[in-house]
Amino acid sequence: MPEARVIPLRPDDDDPYVPPAAQPGWEEQLAGGLEFLRRRVTGEYETDEFGFDADLTDHVFLPMLRPLFERWFRVESQGLENVPSHGGALVVANHSGTLPVDALMTTVALHDQHPASRRLRLLGADLVFDLPFIGSLSRKMGTTLACNEDAERLLTSGELVGVFPEGFKGIGKPFRDRYTLQRFGRGGFVTAALRTGAPIIPCAIVGAEEIYPMIGNAKTAARLLGLPYLPITPTFPLLGPLGLVPLPSKWLIAFGEPIETASYGPGAAEDPMLVFNLTDQVRETIQHSLYQLLLQRKSVFG
Amino acid sequence: MLVPPTVVLVTGVSRWLGGALAVELAADPSIERVIGVDTVPPSPAMLRRLGRTEFVRADIRNPLIGKVIAAASVDTVVHMNISSTPAGSGGRGAMKELNVIGTMQLLAACQRAPSVRRFVLKSTSAVYGASSRDPAVFTETMQARGVPSGGFAKDSLDIEGYVRAFSRRRPDVDVAVLRFTNFIGPRIDSLLTGFFRMPVVPTALGYDARVQLLHEDDALAVLTRATTGSFTGTVNVGGEGTLLLSQAIRRLGRIEVPIPTPALGSVGRFSRRFGFVDYSPEQMRFLNFGRVVDTTVLRETFGYTPRFTTEAALADYARTAPPVLSPQVVGGVADRVRSVLERVGDTATSVGERLRPAPRAPGLRAVQDA
Repeated sequence: MPEARVIPLRPDDDDPYVPPAAQPGWEEQLAGGLEFLRRRVTGEYETDEFGFDADLTDHVFLPMLRPLFERWFRVESQGLENVPSHGGALVVANHSGTLPVDALMTTVALHDQHPASRRLRLLGADLVFDLPFIGSLSRKMGTTLACNEDAERLLTSGELVGVFPEGFKGIGKPFRDRYTLQRFGRGGFVTAALRTGAPIIPCAIVGAEEIYPMIGNAKTAARLLGLPYLPITPTFPLLGPLGLVPLPSKWLIAFGEPIETASYGPGAAEDPMLVFNLTDQVRETIQHSLYQLLLQRKSVFG
Repeated sequence: MLVPPTVVLVTGVSRWLGGALAVELAADPSIERVIGVDTVPPSPAMLRRLGRTEFVRADIRNPLIGKVIAAASVDTVVHMNISSTPAGSGGRGAMKELNVIGTMQLLAACQRAPSVRRFVLKSTSAVYGASSRDPAVFTETMQARGVPSGGFAKDSLDIEGYVRAFSRRRPDVDVAVLRFTNFIGPRIDSLLTGFFRMPVVPTALGYDARVQLLHEDDALAVLTRATTGSFTGTVNVGGEGTLLLSQAIRRLGRIEVPIPTPALGSVGRFSRRFGFVDYSPEQMRFLNFGRVVDTTVLRETFGYTPRFTTEAALADYARTAPPVLSPQVVGGVADRVRSVLERVGDTATSVGERLRPAPRAPGLRAVQDA
């Protein structure tokens, strides 16, 4: 039984009142924008060995996603205190919504709302990196291939890694199966956590299921295009590109209590029974907190 | 115990790196003889620099090489005569012949020569391939998930295979395999230096490779150390850090022209005809996905930390490649745009103020009334 933690109800009670920072004037914004463009043209920015481009992420990707996060889906995040402020940790979440918008929203939540502004380094399927544009943009956002080598490398260098073990089975499941977790891969994420001793943070995302309700799957066309599924939603392909606009569902993202793995030792990764048990434990935790979040949410679009 | 080499044989001595290594070894007084072998004689400038290096014009595909090794009782062989582009060796057929058959002949000669104690192979990180299914960073123990199907990478894989077989047959010979990343620098002639020298650089549309570079000075230092040192095994050799291909092109002030992948092949044929760069299918894959290697073994076991990071190596190369689009010009344009926009903004603000004068502050009024 872990020791009970005291979580202050109003953690910022003691802090003196700090007036919100004044919005930068248009002159500063203009200067910042031009400086950004100059950096982009001359290549004076940093990228890491995974191809992550922090400059582009901070100045282009995150600002583009923020309106979607704040206004469209009105994402509320809970349990951010369960995500450590530094050091490696593995965020394991449910996957849904036809397109991986849930991964992007979790990235924004952890960057904008976590006190340490943590960057979520996502693990993606190899199909993502096969696709032109999407593959290179994903790498620039900090995503890398979902394989144990990359996951362990990121975790040992103290990064926060995000993984969706359901993969295509989760994201491409029909609407009638919403909020039922699919099989959790082969437990590769647990072995990565065990080898590096990084805690596993179960994360439940509610709201992504309704953005593109998948009522059908054009399997033949998908096979021709080499895709795992080709969704048919009430608006796509009926309304053409307009069908790509996600429905404005209300989102809740909850980060659960971390499951520590360091005490098992790195050798435990070779014990398949332990790996299966931990995988099941994480899966159960996420499924349970999904049901709880669904009860909290007043209505789908509320 | 480390026994310094006495007689060193360097193949591929007529190229820049091979020649530079021979010069470096010849400067070491503990090495008695340095023998350079190549099919083409070195350039007069190189020949002057080679100093006491003895040059043997021989083809490693010819059994003559065995006689050279036996007669001079060579104890250390550095194999660098591996061609990476078909253009330099007269077509893909000749390139494969030189690379694979040449290595086999050289190894056969080494196996017969009891004097040989050490064999250093200049290999490449291309053996890891480049695909979307590979981990981001390769360590020495990893293998390509998609085995390179042809070209230089396939040759290098075959060569490494033959070298492994050789080391099984001659366990008394220390074998060091150096897997180099892409070379860059002011003097060396590599795939990327030719590529970056073009004012307009064609790249694959929708893809961006991660590039890890190695400065020529570091490459030379690692080769020298591998020849005279005691390291055995395989080691990745690359500079610290990576750049994206687009970023490297921008830093060099070049203009990137993304071309759809199907058309890139014909651009490759076109540029090959005009002697710029040739894009082979494996180089295309490299341009799409790039390749990064882990250099922990280099720094900790091999004991060498490259002096140049990838960024610094590129910056050093940039000194010799004048930019098409210089950072000063970009900075100047940015400043001018800024001043123009500020003037426009100021005008707009003053016009706005004249049209809609700000209401007087009510608080002040109350004070006046009182």
